[in-house]
Amino acid sequence: MDVIADNLDSYLGGIAVTLWLSVLSFLLAVVIGVVVATFRVSPLRLLRTLGSVYVEVFFSLPLLVWALLFFFGLPKVGLTYPPFTSAVIVLGTFTGALVGEALRSGINTVPPGQGEAARAVGLRFWQVLSLVVLPQALRTMIGPLGSILLALVRNSAVAAIAMSVDDLMWRSDQLATSTAHPVEVLTGTFVAYLILTVPGTWLVNALARRYRFTR
Amino acid sequence: MTLASFLDPPGPRGRRRQRVATVVTAVVVVAVAVIAVRRLAEQGQLDGDRWDVFAQRSVWMFYLRGFARTLQAGAVGGVLSLTLGLGLAFGRLARGRPVRWVATAYIEAFRAVPLVLLMFFAFLGLPRLGLDLGPFWSVVAGLTGYNSAVFAEIFRAGILALPAGQTEAADAIGLRYWQSMRFVVVPQATRAMVPAIASQLIVLLKDTSLGALVSYEELLRRAQITGEFARSPLQALAVAALFFAVVIFALNHLARRLERHRPAPVRDGLPAEALLPAAAAQASR
Repeated sequence: MDVIADNLDSYLGGIAVTLWLSVLSFLLAVVIGVVVATFRVSPLRLLRTLGSVYVEVFFSLPLLVWALLFFFGLPKVGLTYPPFTSAVIVLGTFTGALVGEALRSGINTVPPGQGEAARAVGLRFWQVLSLVVLPQALRTMIGPLGSILLALVRNSAVAAIAMSVDDLMWRSDQLATSTAHPVEVLTGTFVAYLILTVPGTWLVNALARRYRFTR
Repeated sequence: MTLASFLDPPGPRGRRRQRVATVVTAVVVVAVAVIAVRRLAEQGQLDGDRWDVFAQRSVWMFYLRGFARTLQAGAVGGVLSLTLGLGLAFGRLARGRPVRWVATAYIEAFRAVPLVLLMFFAFLGLPRLGLDLGPFWSVVAGLTGYNSAVFAEIFRAGILALPAGQTEAADAIGLRYWQSMRFVVVPQATRAMVPAIASQLIVLLKDTSLGALVSYEELLRRAQITGEFARSPLQALAVAALFFAVVIFALNHLARRLERHRPAPVRDGLPAEALLPAAAAQASR
């Protein structure tokens, strides 16, 4: 247990990096997800295709493969980012596909009559989407979006290891290999991740219950 | 919601606008692609000698055997996770409190932590406790630790979603608890759960690539080795990525067809989330 007490600062710093990494990536993912979902219901066939290709690509690539491709590939096209920024981009682009798909499925749960009625009273495409369809879709999406955020916190460990970002997982890995107490160190990490994610799970469940409605 | 319900068919002006927008988008997409390819070419990344290794049959065999190991870890991990998951689901639904608490604690904890952490624990930690699993079983242990908790929740949701009348009828004709589970509840619940199980198995297969981090020589690790050996890491990774993408794309496609054959859910009175297809559920897991 001394290992954990001695390195408490390292754990706390790691938790902060993991949180910050997850929050920034989630913001990027939501922006990308909204764009992708809009593409996928847009009147332009080309945009719809682009949207589906984006989602299919990220549903077909393991996160670690994408992270390494990004890590080795981007410098070759003349773009270099610091590790943290790279990790945010990798996680944001990957999670964006999940958010896009979740939003689209949410849109699909809104009965077509809602959209037709909105059209009938003279709303435009954007108005139909933003005033009628999305507000209803978002209520059903609280649970799935919350789970995506929690999955992102877990996935941030993969991106951080691939990019050597000093988050909770990376620091634990360093400690586990350098201190000769891997069992204690990694058990501490396990608990730290529980502290990070379990209250989040409760919050998401409570919110989803609060806004639940039946059709 | 279909497209038609948000849009009236466009008139002449609308059609013209759509054509312009299509052309603009196409130009942007093509321009980005051209710039990327030219940058890669300028850096010599597309030169033949960077790709030479892939002309050798032995390199392909090296990749293919790596992929076989990916499948191996995925299959063993999948079977163990499903078995343990079913046990955990029964544990969480059990009447005895201690069993229920233990199963619930396991499920909630192991779903909440990164799979990499479990793999690292099996690989770095367990040998200290006198249990040296080696790379393959460390990967399997990590996959099973996480996915059994996920499968347990899928099974539990499936069992709970079955109308209460089914178990009541089983009770009424005198079946015991395990008999009603075995003959009435589980067969019906599994059928409804097949799409969710299939998509989670695909996620599990994708996660075997994390084995590369604990020196399990599956496809990704072998791509890294090839890249170091041939001094073309990007090319070696790109080939592996293509491999993964083709196989997993095909599997995702199959899983979606399963979903179409799923019996239609009862719509009335269900939470709206229950209408989401399993693909969205996968996205959220």
